[in-house]
Amino acid sequence: MMTLEKLREIKEKTRPILEDRLKKEGKTEIREDGSIVLKGDYYKKQVRIALRNCEIINPDSIDDYIALDGYSALGKVLFEMTPAEVIDVMMESNLRGRGGAGFPTGRKWNEAFKYDADKKYIICNADEGDPGAFMDRSILEGDPHSVLEGMAIAGYAVGADQGFIYVRAEYPLAVKTLKKAIEQAKEYGLLGKNIFGTDFSFDIELRLGAGAFVCGEGTALMESIEGKRGMPRVKIHRTAHKGLWGKPTIINNVETLANVPIIYQKGADWFRSIGTEKSPGTKVFALVGKVKESGLVEVPMGMTLREIVFDIGGGVADDRAIKAIQTGGPSGGCIPADLLDTPVDFESLAKIGSIMGSGGMVVMDETDCMVDIARFFLDFTVEESCGKCVPCREGTKRMLEILEKITEGNGEEGDIERLESLAETISSASLCGLGQTASNPVTSTLQYFRDEYIAHIRDKRCPAGSCQALLEYYITDACIGCTKCARNCPVSCISGKVKERHVIDTETCIKCGTCMEVCPVGAVITR
Amino acid sequence: MEFKFDMEKNKEKIQEFMTFIDENRDKPGVLMPVLQETQERFGYLPAEILELISKELNIPLSEIYGVATFYSQFTFVPKGENDISVCLGTACYVKGAEKILEELENVLGIKSGGTTPDLKFSITPTRCIGACGLAPVININDETYGKLKVEDIKGIIEKYR
Repeated sequence: MMTLEKLREIKEKTRPILEDRLKKEGKTEIREDGSIVLKGDYYKKQVRIALRNCEIINPDSIDDYIALDGYSALGKVLFEMTPAEVIDVMMESNLRGRGGAGFPTGRKWNEAFKYDADKKYIICNADEGDPGAFMDRSILEGDPHSVLEGMAIAGYAVGADQGFIYVRAEYPLAVKTLKKAIEQAKEYGLLGKNIFGTDFSFDIELRLGAGAFVCGEGTALMESIEGKRGMPRVKIHRTAHKGLWGKPTIINNVETLANVPIIYQKGADWFRSIGTEKSPGTKVFALVGKVKESGLVEVPMGMTLREIVFDIGGGVADDRAIKAIQTGGPSGGCIPADLLDTPVDFESLAKIGSIMGSGGMVVMDETDCMVDIARFFLDFTVEESCGKCVPCREGTKRMLEILEKITEGNGEEGDIERLESLAETISSASLCGLGQTASNPVTSTLQYFRDEYIAHIRDKRCPAGSCQALLEYYITDACIGCTKCARNCPVSCISGKVKERHVIDTETCIKCGTCMEVCPVGAVITR
Repeated sequence: MEFKFDMEKNKEKIQEFMTFIDENRDKPGVLMPVLQETQERFGYLPAEILELISKELNIPLSEIYGVATFYSQFTFVPKGENDISVCLGTACYVKGAEKILEELENVLGIKSGGTTPDLKFSITPTRCIGACGLAPVININDETYGKLKVEDIKGIIEKYR
């Protein structure tokens, strides 16, 4: 049986071993207050709370986690606090759901706490489906116990004895790490019956997704755990009252849960001292796309997009000009470069037509076509719409068709208006977040990059030079007349004399790009 | 193309599978884990096994197919010995995943989602696998290949021939 005394012993025994290993590796710095941080410019402006242990501890070792105060928060709440007090601290901290919607965690817990039932559940939503986001995966693979401890604390607070982690099947390593972590925690008596010898029992079971994006939606996820098609429910009841198998259920995202233990270690005031007033704490972002240094960054809420992309990410790759930042995945929007000074928090991003979402942040440069990006996300939504609500099932398909038409150069007057009208219907008449936000990529690009749509439709031109069907190959006056392009052209559409500038007949050209490849002086361009 | 499931040849596997069902039959919401176990053991969801599940768990076959067809990870045709998943997430997309997929289709002579007739290779288009820092990325079995260029594909496939 685990006791507080034993926990302390493990900590005292393991901490020096861990510090020795870290010193040898030399990637970290041990500060005076005992905290351990990663060294290097990339980490300088970051504040790592949810990722506090990632890349520092060995994720397969529960002792490593304990060495850095792991499970001390669980011990503290079990021995020193009543469930109501636990919830009070959570409310006071104002930790908001990191899965995207930003609902206050404490209020959610309180709903389930107040609701009387014979059985309650805690679910960890690890169905991280937004393309371009991998913060949850990194936490599960790098620090699984912080999530388990967070779940156990939530269980104690609301009176649940059973937890589920619903993790997507695309993350095999996360599944393996979690399995091992659950086993170790059970062995130590930190999960299972009578934790720390108290009368609190809490068990966690792993459930795997099977490749349905919509299962990241709370009620669809519950349907899936129940063994059904993962379709969202009609929201008559709060899931905190009637959720999994009709019982009060708390569903929290991985990153949210990873924040929980440390709030009980350091207190709600400490947490509120980080970030902004309405969005306290930090947020982890997956900074990817055309950025010099891609990776996970955790920053205090309220930092501007510019600071994240340029000060941490080192700017745009190949030193091209930044055009937009896509946040929030398929539910989010494209934020144009002139709004880079927007602070990143729930309210500010919503105000400019995007969302925080789960934290995907894809940097796009001048060669990325915004109409094509909108098409990419709609393609995703069409595939992933579960088919329950007609506006989402049929409407997204119609929107995709229009976008395909536009990117292929067949756009017509009225297409933009049709897109806008469809967007409005779909978002107001769909049951779940997937449908309600499906049109965001289109509406946000229409708001900020409308002229790109118009260029595609009226001038049959793709300003970014990305839509293949609208490209025109062109030989500039850098041409030295070597005839190489003309000789290699499969349809013989290039004419010109030796040592004279060559010309492409765009009517016959099949846009295969061979001329561009063979040109020794880079005189062939697309426009 | 038809792929036939051989009940005789798989007898032992089926027996092991039955033990799994017996151990888990009372768990609430067991259908998904059972389908995942089926795919894990047999490589896909053979119709014969689905019928067996229906009888054992007393779930109508229609409901089983309803669930199985809903989730994109379940497949009704066998995967190749080497399953190539091509990540089509946003980061990979902006870095040219489409072209990588095209090249794979050309090299293997099958379409995305298909399996070669000799059961050696299959191509599975995949949602973001969360390796965005390495975009564009493919996974062959458990091996990850990142920062790919179209020219790399032929050589990589050769390794598995």
